[in-house]
Amino acid sequence: MTEAGRIVIVGGGHNGLVCAAYLARAGRKVLVLEAADRVGGAAVTREFAPGFLVSAPAHLLYGFDAAIERELRLAKHGLGYARRGLRTVAPGDAGALILDGADVVAGEVSAADRAALVEYVQRQRRFAAVLARQNGRVPTPWNLARFALDIRCLGRAGMRELLRVGTMNLHDLLEDRFESAALKGALALDGVLGAKLGPRSGQTFFTSLQRADAHSLPRGGMGAVTGALAIAARAAGAEIRVASPVASFVVSSGRVSGVALESGEEIAADAVVSNLDPKSTYLRLLGARHLDAEFARRVQHFRTDGCVAKLHLALDGLPEFRGVPADALGERLIVAPDCGYVDAAFDPAKYREFSPQPVLEITLPSIHDPALAPAGRHVLSAIVQYAPYDLAGGWDEGRKGLFDATLAVLERHAPGLRSRIIAAELLAPPDLEREFRITGGHWHHGELALDQFMMLRPVPGAAQYAAPVDGLYSCGAGCHPGGGVMGNAGRNAARVVLAALRRAPAGGAA
Amino acid sequence: MTIPREHYLQAVFPTPFHARTSAANTLNAWHRWRDYTVADAYFDVGLEYTALRNACTVFDLSPMTKHLITGPDALAYMNRLVTRDVAKLKPGRVGYTVWCDDAGQVVDDGTIFHLRDHVYRLCSQERQLDWLHGSAPGFDVSIQEETHDVAALALQGPTSCAVLKRLGLAGIETLTPFGIRGYAFEGGELTVSRTGFTGDLGYELWIDPELAVALWDRLFDVGQQVGLKPMGTFALEMSRIEAGFIQAGVDFLPADRAIRAERTRSPFELDLAWLVDFAKGPFTGRRALLAEKARGSRHRLVRLDVEGNKPAKDAFIYDRRRKNVGVVTSALWSPAAKSNIALASVEMPHGAPGDELWAEIYYQKELKWSRLMARCTVVEGPFYSPARRRAVPAADC
Repeated sequence: MTEAGRIVIVGGGHNGLVCAAYLARAGRKVLVLEAADRVGGAAVTREFAPGFLVSAPAHLLYGFDAAIERELRLAKHGLGYARRGLRTVAPGDAGALILDGADVVAGEVSAADRAALVEYVQRQRRFAAVLARQNGRVPTPWNLARFALDIRCLGRAGMRELLRVGTMNLHDLLEDRFESAALKGALALDGVLGAKLGPRSGQTFFTSLQRADAHSLPRGGMGAVTGALAIAARAAGAEIRVASPVASFVVSSGRVSGVALESGEEIAADAVVSNLDPKSTYLRLLGARHLDAEFARRVQHFRTDGCVAKLHLALDGLPEFRGVPADALGERLIVAPDCGYVDAAFDPAKYREFSPQPVLEITLPSIHDPALAPAGRHVLSAIVQYAPYDLAGGWDEGRKGLFDATLAVLERHAPGLRSRIIAAELLAPPDLEREFRITGGHWHHGELALDQFMMLRPVPGAAQYAAPVDGLYSCGAGCHPGGGVMGNAGRNAARVVLAALRRAPAGGAA
Repeated sequence: MTIPREHYLQAVFPTPFHARTSAANTLNAWHRWRDYTVADAYFDVGLEYTALRNACTVFDLSPMTKHLITGPDALAYMNRLVTRDVAKLKPGRVGYTVWCDDAGQVVDDGTIFHLRDHVYRLCSQERQLDWLHGSAPGFDVSIQEETHDVAALALQGPTSCAVLKRLGLAGIETLTPFGIRGYAFEGGELTVSRTGFTGDLGYELWIDPELAVALWDRLFDVGQQVGLKPMGTFALEMSRIEAGFIQAGVDFLPADRAIRAERTRSPFELDLAWLVDFAKGPFTGRRALLAEKARGSRHRLVRLDVEGNKPAKDAFIYDRRRKNVGVVTSALWSPAAKSNIALASVEMPHGAPGDELWAEIYYQKELKWSRLMARCTVVEGPFYSPARRRAVPAADC
């Protein structure tokens, strides 16, 4: 028997929880079904060695919508920060380069470069703000017009500049402005993190805008964000069931009318909202046969191959990084010594090989958050690029090779690190796919690029959160505005679902 | 027979019947149909047409695009592909159908042959392999084009059943319209379907290309006494318009070839609503077609009886002589219907039965061009549909 007005959300990742909270606050009866033993999706804090906890796979919070944090009262529900506004630190023999936004705190950087950096960061922030406004909007034609108006409102010069650089590669842009190799390397990294792009790839300026926000470490790891969201959702009346993997959507009379769990249980719903990636949603749980052929083909062509591996190390003490002062160890450490290094790391990925000398984004969160490791011990979390999903020869063979290559790079920048390792794990894209149930293991659920952006995300016909099958909606990172831990997709989707249910009272029940 | 595919050496091929069709082609009149050369006419278009309506003719159908669709999901795949309910098509039956893109616009029309469980042959006007493969993800099916592996003849006309009887096909007169039956033939298998593109009693014969010439010879051995003649494309074109059949690329633009969105047509706009089954479950274009049904269509295909005897070829259609509301896509003076007939596409709401429409016809006599406005009457159903077309048992003498 259908419970009138019930909405089932498949997947308790951060977007699913945000969506659940907003729908429940609007008075809807909401049930979240999470396959794993806990909520959080790809933003969890998990124990990878006895007593050692790490955020996985996401390890830094940036771009999280402040409106969501405020509206859902996440602070009240337990979200706190171990550290906000992390600096970027690039180790180096001649002393580390330390950046704090537009400021060069330390490093051999010329006055011209310092001035250029101020200008560069200001421009990034201006343009990123335009994008951020769009993040909170459903990508309808009307909102596309508002986006265009926002761009126009940058002024004549600002608009021209955005149109000029909007699809450019970061390498050329940085070469035009900066002298310092270390500075260019650090800035280039922001354009390629999480993407299958090198600094010479087109549109890396666009991708770099997603990193223009300050980076934070939530207290208790990324799981604290999703934990607070779960509390907020429950407080608003949503029910959350973990360990409840959904096998398929139930379709009756051309309409998604509920879900079937792997246990065999069927749950009826007036609307089903999928937090899963588009391929899982449309091709696995719904099935191509319920979709028009061209639409199914577009979903199939959605680029989902991840290119990022995640390294977790349990350390018996704090390592030392070359040139990095002890008080800067807890910042965001990067290994991207220059643009050419990043580009050379990317090249093999084009040929389905991992980087022999990967680029790294490293955090040692236990410095700010001692609860993450036993006393005196520490956790190292690193994003390792590039690690193509479809590695030639397969990851069973390749995992050790990338691990060794990564440790060799780490050892070079942090001599003696290897001897401090108590436990280690390297999660390649297929591991991320398996553990976090994301097709391709891509942290954005699919490459976040201009061809998969806004009204094209994930594909035309599903870009406004409603599926081309009645009763089904999406709220995951595969939708606008994409991945990272932003929460906008969940919030926008909730708005669409509520509007649809208001237009057509659910299930025809009155 | 495998035809070499070295397209850079030769792009267009003789059909498996070419040894016989070329000998019979006293006019040496040919044109290209996809990968093959076929006859425009063999001796006289009018006489070939007359033979079709009064005795019988063979038409070389081999270049027709044919696909074989097999596998456990063949039925589910076919039902997602086309607009009609393929589950209702029993083994040994043929069904006419169309298939649409996501926007509910017709990609092509064709016939589905349910050869046996999990095995379908799809014949289409256009090449469809890419579309068929593009529709396959999610289904356990195998799709192959078999155009070059199957030779085919259309044997059509009132004495066609008699020819097959004389050929020794026992009980062929009991084959119902759209039925399929297999017979042994010279060590191979001859598949006979009671189908055609002429609107008359007739059959299509499907055979291994190796046996094609033998089949042709046997047909003419036994067919002479009942007036069997070869027929070219020109006479076929006359008969298909009389039957009211539409043709891709002539009466509608295949959706995947359209650059301008408004040039395509939905099944509703081609008078094919009877082929659209919303109750059968999902199929490509269903959502768009439901929306069109609720909103109303933009165009309508009409069959017109045009005043006078000047064929209304390519004529503009006017509403009460004032507003241009459409265009004729196919037209001729029909010897069988004894009337001047046309298929036309008109804008809604024009063209309802009983509506008065006018055709602007240009014609010339001795190089002098003239224009006339001819009153048109919208007629329902085919222009010509003799009772023998559907009779069971079929007349066999």
